[in-house]
Amino acid sequence: MRDYVIRRLLQGGVLLVVLSVAVFILLRIAPGADPAIIKCGLGCTEERLEAIREDLGLNNPYFPISIESSAPVVSFNGTNQYWTWIQELFSGSLGLDWNQEPVGDELKARLPATVELLIITIIVTVLLGVPFGIISAVYRNSPTDYGVRLGAILGLAIPNFWLATLVILIPIQMWGYAPPLIKTISFFDNPWDNLRQFVPPALVLGAVSAAGVMRLTRSSMLEVMRQDFIRTARSKGLKERIVIGRHALKNSVIPVVTVLGLQIAGLLGGAVIVETVFNIQGVGFYFLGALVRKDYQVVQTLTVYIGAIVIMLNLMVDILYAWLDPRIRYS
Amino acid sequence: MEATSATLTDAFELQPKVGAWRRTGLLIRDNPLAFFGVLVVLVLAIAAIFAPLIAPYPPDELATGPRNADPTWGHLFGTEDLGRDMFSRVVFGARISLIVGFSAVIFGTVIGTVMGISSGYAGGIVDTMVQRTVDLAIAFPALLLLLILRQVLGPSVQTLIIAIGIAIIFPITRIVRGAVLSERNNQYVEAARALGASTPRILFVHIAPNIAALSIVIATTLLGTAILAEAALAFLGLGIPEGQEFLGSPAVTWGKDVSRARNSFPVHIWWAFFPGLAITLTVLGFNLLGDGLRDIFDPRLRGRL
Repeated sequence: MRDYVIRRLLQGGVLLVVLSVAVFILLRIAPGADPAIIKCGLGCTEERLEAIREDLGLNNPYFPISIESSAPVVSFNGTNQYWTWIQELFSGSLGLDWNQEPVGDELKARLPATVELLIITIIVTVLLGVPFGIISAVYRNSPTDYGVRLGAILGLAIPNFWLATLVILIPIQMWGYAPPLIKTISFFDNPWDNLRQFVPPALVLGAVSAAGVMRLTRSSMLEVMRQDFIRTARSKGLKERIVIGRHALKNSVIPVVTVLGLQIAGLLGGAVIVETVFNIQGVGFYFLGALVRKDYQVVQTLTVYIGAIVIMLNLMVDILYAWLDPRIRYS
Repeated sequence: MEATSATLTDAFELQPKVGAWRRTGLLIRDNPLAFFGVLVVLVLAIAAIFAPLIAPYPPDELATGPRNADPTWGHLFGTEDLGRDMFSRVVFGARISLIVGFSAVIFGTVIGTVMGISSGYAGGIVDTMVQRTVDLAIAFPALLLLLILRQVLGPSVQTLIIAIGIAIIFPITRIVRGAVLSERNNQYVEAARALGASTPRILFVHIAPNIAALSIVIATTLLGTAILAEAALAFLGLGIPEGQEFLGSPAVTWGKDVSRARNSFPVHIWWAFFPGLAITLTVLGFNLLGDGLRDIFDPRLRGRL
């Protein structure tokens, strides 16, 4: 197990290095405006553009080693954009964005909002998805089961941005009620307003991901309920509640854990949309803006960090898997 | 020996003959939801193909009635802030949604299936390389890929198809590879190899048909995902720009209309409601169809997913 974890971590490290090079190159070879041109804006003069380029470090060579056709063929560059960025990745400030503000400060201000959104979303997902999945499996082919499954099928089909839009518009039109949308409120300053702001988007995101969790819980539960040990438990005379709660449930959560782990990665994408609709100044909102204005530093930094989070989540899921099901052995 | 074969022929003869209509009826009775999915898809296809005949107004004709009107007989889905008829816009919106969805999924499924089959069957270095590429691609932000493509190719229907198609390749590669790995060790493959079949023959004559069903099922379900992706991109303003032409009429997308309705003032819910409902029903239709196809191809999974 230990060797397995070490090997996976090493593989993850290699993947992150390749990812960093890939995003670094792709950002720079893509045609169109570079961050300096966008920052310079309308009425931009050559001199001003050049000054901004110099400021943002865009005139430095890309990599520590450059290879050219003319002599010297191979040259080593002391200051280069890639290595500077990699060093910044491990510093507190994470380098400067196109406004010359430290990316780290911006993230520090925005991270709490996104983390809170994701935590409430995951709570909603689990509280809705798992119990309804169990009920649906236990009362298979009953009207309850059909109702729950219909809800899940709808949940998978509804676009989250539409649900979010309706969740904002309907209360405004019907009761003149709107959640606080102007600026993001911290939970510690004003818990009530904070929850008014975060619970609706989390419900929207959670409702959609709960549908997937519910379907999986149901199918995994049905699979387990057909196993011999469940029949044994029943024939021992155990109460149905104990058979389901202690024997079946424990074995059927394994695939659910996997999917939850993978869904957190998917929720980051959903966060971009929901943060935009509910005007939450979170990381998703920031990432989208940075992508659109091609803010190299922000895009490449967030790509590598999100990549690292996804890799760690996958590893944690696999470890949790082995812990929940001792039959699984990694070599 | 002869007696046995005679009995076998009799046994086949004795099977009740079921006519095509009756068979369809039985299929519908067994899969009512899948039938609903087929209906939705048919209605959409008709709406998309005959949009100019069905829609009472051109999708961009201004002031067809009062602005921000609620649904009436004259304007079934009401009108938006410039007085354009929402019913016509929803009908025309089916075009981009379906074309982007289908093309992206075909593009992604074909490439993903070929990659998955080669990766799973070849094994070794090819497999490792393909799998590491998939790892990298899944970690790479899809939105960044789309934005780069938009800059290279310009914002258009083709760009969206390629971007969404590329995003679909990798999950398909994974699933197909897994299926090939489990097929590869089956006895029928061993038998084919013992008979001297070449690798391409084993791959495409023996293994591919067993995987085709799986690919079709995944592709149908991914159609819903692709349509949702197109709508979400349009909503974020990263779809097809307003005013571009598509198939001889102005490009209208459901996602963009929801986004414009969201920012409308005064609030006009019907405007946001109908395009979103169209997206939901479309995705629902394809998901139900996918579930139904899976039941038909793999009855063991019936009612369990």
